[in-house]
Amino acid sequence: MGFFHLTHNPEFRRGAREMLGINLGIAAWGMVTGVTMVKAGLPVGQALVMSILVYGGSAQLAALPLINSNAPLWVLWATAFCVNLRFVIFSAQWRQVFGHLPRAKRIWMSYFAADLNYVAFFHRFPDAKFRPEQLPYFWGGGITNYLSWQIPALAGILAANAIPTEWGIGFAGVLALLGLALSLMKGLDTWVAGIVAGCAAVAAYSLPLHLNVVAAIVAAVVAGLMIERWRPATAQGATP
Amino acid sequence: MSQWEILLATLGMTVITVITRAFFLLPDRELPLPAWLRQGLRYAPLAALLAVVVPQTVMSDGAVITTWRDARLFAVAAGVTYYVWRRGILGTIVCGTAVMMLLRITLGW
Repeated sequence: MGFFHLTHNPEFRRGAREMLGINLGIAAWGMVTGVTMVKAGLPVGQALVMSILVYGGSAQLAALPLINSNAPLWVLWATAFCVNLRFVIFSAQWRQVFGHLPRAKRIWMSYFAADLNYVAFFHRFPDAKFRPEQLPYFWGGGITNYLSWQIPALAGILAANAIPTEWGIGFAGVLALLGLALSLMKGLDTWVAGIVAGCAAVAAYSLPLHLNVVAAIVAAVVAGLMIERWRPATAQGATP
Repeated sequence: MSQWEILLATLGMTVITVITRAFFLLPDRELPLPAWLRQGLRYAPLAALLAVVVPQTVMSDGAVITTWRDARLFAVAAGVTYYVWRRGILGTIVCGTAVMMLLRITLGW
């Protein structure tokens, strides 16, 4: 499927449109990440390359203090891996949909499978079975999210000293994630799982390498499964 | 770190982005996952989102905040209120950010 053909596909447009609706917060967050990288002392050229290639805001932010303190590379990479562990969990679900594609294509697509793409995709296709219209939908959201993150991030890097961050613009990223989370909370099981996740993330905050996020996921999965078992009538399933 | 070390770090982080996002898509044969785990993983995205949102809202410097005069609390309250009212994510972001900036600029919270 050629790119021109793809962009005229209605599912591509739908994927792009639905992603744009939630990308405002990501754009603000991307810009603040760009500003932060430069203000933390990363040279502009290095920051540009890192933003364009790595395409993972939380891993980039986690790497900054380690670069500044001359940490060994393996520590930096281990940190990035742990910060990204949630993607490992997400990839089990991508497998259900795209597992039959050729490996090179699966890997290339995974690079664009960021948090919001995952949530939006499984919101649109909750039953996790392959259908042909899923490919253009995926690329519509994937390309939109990449640009919505990168353009503000690169602008932030280049104009780092002209952008005021003390007004709390970066909090828009947190609010975008909050809106997404709310859209997933439908039944008793998801509310309980969500509250457990929030509490666990705070309680386990002192764990190194952002492992509190992993602890929160494990706690929420257990809580959700327990509600499903004991009060099945109240469970809606957390299909994103 | 030297320029080259930072570049090497960046290349390694790029590989990590790909490996983690593709993790279960890397092997050609599907890794067997027990049914309960597959069922339970449906809660993972919600949990990952709130695991980022809640600490960023109620914590400062690694400790839970002890004051209610924090713009983040009101921004989140405004966002949740908008979402319950209108069910729109964009409006949630706009309302929350507006409250945040208003409190930061006028009251300095």
